[in-house]
Amino acid sequence: MPALPLDEAGKYVAGAYLVFLTLIVVYVAIIAAKVARIDRELTRLAEEDE
Amino acid sequence: MYSKGLVPLAVASVVTIAAAMALIFFYAPLDADQGFIQKIFYVHVPMAIVALGGFVAGGIMAIKHLRSGDRSWDLRSYVAIHMSIILGVGVLITGAIWAKASWGHWWVWDEPVLVSFLVVFLLYCVYYPLRFSIEDPERQARYSSVFAIAAGAFVPLNFMAVRLAEAYTHPRVLSQTGGSLPGDMRLTFLVSIVAMTLLFVTLWKLELTAKHASLALKKLKRRLDARVAA
Repeated sequence: MPALPLDEAGKYVAGAYLVFLTLIVVYVAIIAAKVARIDRELTRLAEEDE
Repeated sequence: MYSKGLVPLAVASVVTIAAAMALIFFYAPLDADQGFIQKIFYVHVPMAIVALGGFVAGGIMAIKHLRSGDRSWDLRSYVAIHMSIILGVGVLITGAIWAKASWGHWWVWDEPVLVSFLVVFLLYCVYYPLRFSIEDPERQARYSSVFAIAAGAFVPLNFMAVRLAEAYTHPRVLSQTGGSLPGDMRLTFLVSIVAMTLLFVTLWKLELTAKHASLALKKLKRRLDARVAA
């Protein structure tokens, strides 16, 4: 196939890079949620221990 | 324990990714054949290489676990495979986007590189049910390690088989002569690989840190519960 014109190719390129970005952001958000849960649990345990 | 060096690694990852993006969009020339669509190559191929490298690394860590009996190596292996699966999802989606733009189809079944990556990806999808169907932690770690080693050995074999079987239908990027990329494209590609590797290692360490903290918290809770019961 001949090379796509820039306006059409741009959508595909933007889509591919958006997929990459979304994966990383979602992954980091999940890890951040886990760390926040651990932090809450630790705070609760510290309060119970006092 | 696992968080040592995480901040400098994260900073290095962000800087290298920014440099890679700048090179991709402002330095690397447009491909004469594919035009702008070839820019997908700089995210798709490094992701694939790092994902496959992560699978192999998971196998090596599993060997360390079986040799030493230290379960922290099993955890490292598990997280490396988990990270590679996530990158694998990215590889399959970006590959499908590239295929649609280049060939007019989202997926081409007679393309050995695509199908072989899918086979490796599906093989590793089996790792999760295998691992989490075993309740005893010792057995879980041992069986998972055996799987990680066997599957990790399959990755380079699969790569070589595809190379031997099909040298003409997929663009060859890396070869003994350095591939067919011009210098500026090659530099961009190498920086992209370094950026992806740093990102992988950073996220691997981040997840290990979170998992280690979670395990430490569980131990602490058990100790406190035992103290209360006594």
